[in-house]
Amino acid sequence: MSVRIFHIAANTFREAVRDRVLYNLIAFALLMSAAGVLVGQISIGIERLVVVNLGLTAISLFGVIIAIFIGISLVSKEIEKRTLYTVLSRPVHRWEFIVGKFFGLAGTLLVNTFFMAIGVFAALLYVGHGFQTGDGWIGVALYFIILQFLVMTALALLFSSFSSPLLSAVFAFALFVIGSFAEDLRGFAGMAQGLSRWLATAAAYLVPNLSSLNVISSVAHQQPMTRQLIASNSLYALAYTGMALCGAVLIFERRNLK
Amino acid sequence: MRPSARITLISTVILLGCLVTSGFVLHHLDKLRSQATLEEVLYISSPKLLKRLSLGYDGLLADVYWTRAVQYFGTKHHLGSREYNLLAPLLEITTALDPHLTVAYEFGANFLAPPPPYGAAMAQRAIELVEYGIRNNPDDWKLYYNLGFIYYTELKDYGKAAQAFGRGSKVPNAHPFLSVMAAQMAQHAGELQMAQMMWTTAYQSTQDPDVRANAITHLRALQVDQDVTILEQLIAIYRQKTGRWPSSFSDLQAAGMLRALPLDPLGQTYKLVPGGRVEVREPDEFPFITKGTPPGYVAPPLKFRPSDRGPS
Amino acid sequence: MAAIEILGLEKTYTVGFWRKRSQRALRPLHLSVEEGEIFGFLGPNGAGKTTTLKLLMGLVFPTGGSARILGKEINDPWVKAQIGFLPEQPYFYDYLTANELLEYYAQLSGVDATERRQKVRDVLQRVGLRDTGSTQLRKFSKGMLQRVGIAQAIVHDPKVLFFDEPMSGLDPMGRREVRDLMEELKQRGKTVFFSTHILSDAESLCDRVAIIHQGQLQGVGAVADLTSSVEGQVEIIWHGGAIPASVKLLTAECHVVGDTVRGVVREANQDAAIDTLRREGLRIISVTPVRMSLEDYFVRKLKVSETAAGVSS
Repeated sequence: MSVRIFHIAANTFREAVRDRVLYNLIAFALLMSAAGVLVGQISIGIERLVVVNLGLTAISLFGVIIAIFIGISLVSKEIEKRTLYTVLSRPVHRWEFIVGKFFGLAGTLLVNTFFMAIGVFAALLYVGHGFQTGDGWIGVALYFIILQFLVMTALALLFSSFSSPLLSAVFAFALFVIGSFAEDLRGFAGMAQGLSRWLATAAAYLVPNLSSLNVISSVAHQQPMTRQLIASNSLYALAYTGMALCGAVLIFERRNLK
Repeated sequence: MRPSARITLISTVILLGCLVTSGFVLHHLDKLRSQATLEEVLYISSPKLLKRLSLGYDGLLADVYWTRAVQYFGTKHHLGSREYNLLAPLLEITTALDPHLTVAYEFGANFLAPPPPYGAAMAQRAIELVEYGIRNNPDDWKLYYNLGFIYYTELKDYGKAAQAFGRGSKVPNAHPFLSVMAAQMAQHAGELQMAQMMWTTAYQSTQDPDVRANAITHLRALQVDQDVTILEQLIAIYRQKTGRWPSSFSDLQAAGMLRALPLDPLGQTYKLVPGGRVEVREPDEFPFITKGTPPGYVAPPLKFRPSDRGPS
Repeated sequence: MAAIEILGLEKTYTVGFWRKRSQRALRPLHLSVEEGEIFGFLGPNGAGKTTTLKLLMGLVFPTGGSARILGKEINDPWVKAQIGFLPEQPYFYDYLTANELLEYYAQLSGVDATERRQKVRDVLQRVGLRDTGSTQLRKFSKGMLQRVGIAQAIVHDPKVLFFDEPMSGLDPMGRREVRDLMEELKQRGKTVFFSTHILSDAESLCDRVAIIHQGQLQGVGAVADLTSSVEGQVEIIWHGGAIPASVKLLTAECHVVGDTVRGVVREANQDAAIDTLRREGLRIISVTPVRMSLEDYFVRKLKVSETAAGVSS
């Protein structure tokens, strides 16, 4: 069972790599990091700040775009092109297919982030003439960004299992924006009354909590991250990803492939 | 042939488990990061840069920061805090993103300027904020009013207050009181009636519940100050006439100096303390009063009465 | 043991968003296919052939009935390892090479890692794509894709094969090759179940056929039985140009072309006619049983079902 998931994941990874779109985005992100160096030379005294902010934000945004754009077609493209038929007529469970696709895209994003991170650290080294002890927290910020990718990938996959690519993209993007303000949303819900309070609270808890995964500005100021925060974020990302994947499995399991 | 029942069951169980887990973790996270969204404002060294980065959605972002500001103040207020460090940055970012959000200037004038526990004690920053508002909204008379308000109430600079009211009165559609207050301020700074007129205008010119509650509370305090002053004067006259302190207000009534038992603005009778002093029964109900409190009284943290927040 | 048993399988789709209509794609179907058979599933477009195949592959869930392959339920993973499927007008991951695609499919079907490469090579050879292993599939022609499709269906050496319109879009050479492949599979003891609307292919290949129309089974049986069960007629061709009177009485039709006469008599009267011709000294060239072509049988069956249903779907 697990071997098949690995094979599906590896094939998904291979597809993403051979899809030339990926190369462009990597190049673009590297370009952005280079631009960060330029900006640092214009704004004296805060070069490191700008490089970290710009670099991490670029990694986060580009990764989410990749996660959404590839994620939404993970299932729907296979159904539309009918490549799915020859896969499912083999001893492959439908849930293995979903999980394999997820790990394939997650792996792609991991590799992508790895290379982009090297770019950011290189730019930081250049601009700051060496690393400082506070820079270690950038690693934590990167880890949180990867958690964010897992959540968005699982969501995109969930939408892909039942919706057309266009609608899926809209939903996924909307949830990304709302999720970035999730802490505010919970605050608003707390101030509301009656029925709208219930609805707002439910929405606020269902929306992916991306705001606590974004520690870019803190890390740019070399603020430490507590162990509690790391543990909580990890557990949350795991739970939310699990939720979305189970949803995808449940939907896909009973879908008639016309 | 059918969708696998086993997979359905397992997935549903895992899904529910994850749902519950995520709920709990979120709850925990919110406690960990209760100040996180707010403290981030300390990292925004350039609100103008933020405005550019918001890619034209600055209006929405301004609304987000405004709501954070209100929430911040309300939470702190509720907890009886004595410091509101983040209020200034929050309001400055809000107005940088949307210079036409006039409620923010009003909020700043009312709650940035006063000393703790009523405000953040940043009168100078409040003035800068409102002046920025005036530059961006020169035809909004309320902003000149807010400016004069700060000069009058916190800085006691009646000259500058008069100037502000004067500027405001020249704006088309300005509230007629502005010119009146400009004139009277120049003449009779510090009078009780002036202060009452100021707070009444403040109450009438806004919809913001916090600002209204603040105004009513001040009006009540002014009333108490006035009542206590008059009553103590009457008591002194009585003493002069009869050679002794009155034992209760009925004595004053019998002497024809009072028509009815004096009541405080909340309907309770005043206390006649031996030694000719008058006190309110429940000083805690009257923030801002300067007379009528027992010796050694320390005002508790500021709390508004919910009914004062007015119809929303 | 029957290789494939279809027990009352049926599928009704609900169509429409606001007002739901039901569309019966397949009425309860009862069918069984023996091991080692080549079985043809015939019908016009939209008859329900592809629906049946999808139901058997577990891609679509039935509204009723069930089916068994090699004695086990369809969704049993063991069964899935024993079957191969070629969908209609297949499309494969075009960013992969033929080798990579077949390796991937072999992996998913559980072919042992040690045997994979060899099997992929073998199967590419068998379908005539030996030198194209490292070419990306996006560069393949339609015919080549069809062959890759067959390759992926047989790479894991399954016992039962399901082909949906395997000959569609191929030129005559290609069709010939696919037919040969299917014959070869039968030689190896495989069971082949394929759907088509090209009757001549079915006629020459199949042991048995089933005809389906508007979601309903119209007839099942060996080709020979189906086509010969109706009219037992014999065609006699003789030289001499003359038609004896008694023979004329027996013939249903007679054609004269120059010196050659072609007459069709009923099977029962075959001997009588031959004797008469012999006595008359006319030289008999051939005596052949007349079969209705499968096409005639097909068209006739379809007309019957259409009038029965009031010519509406």
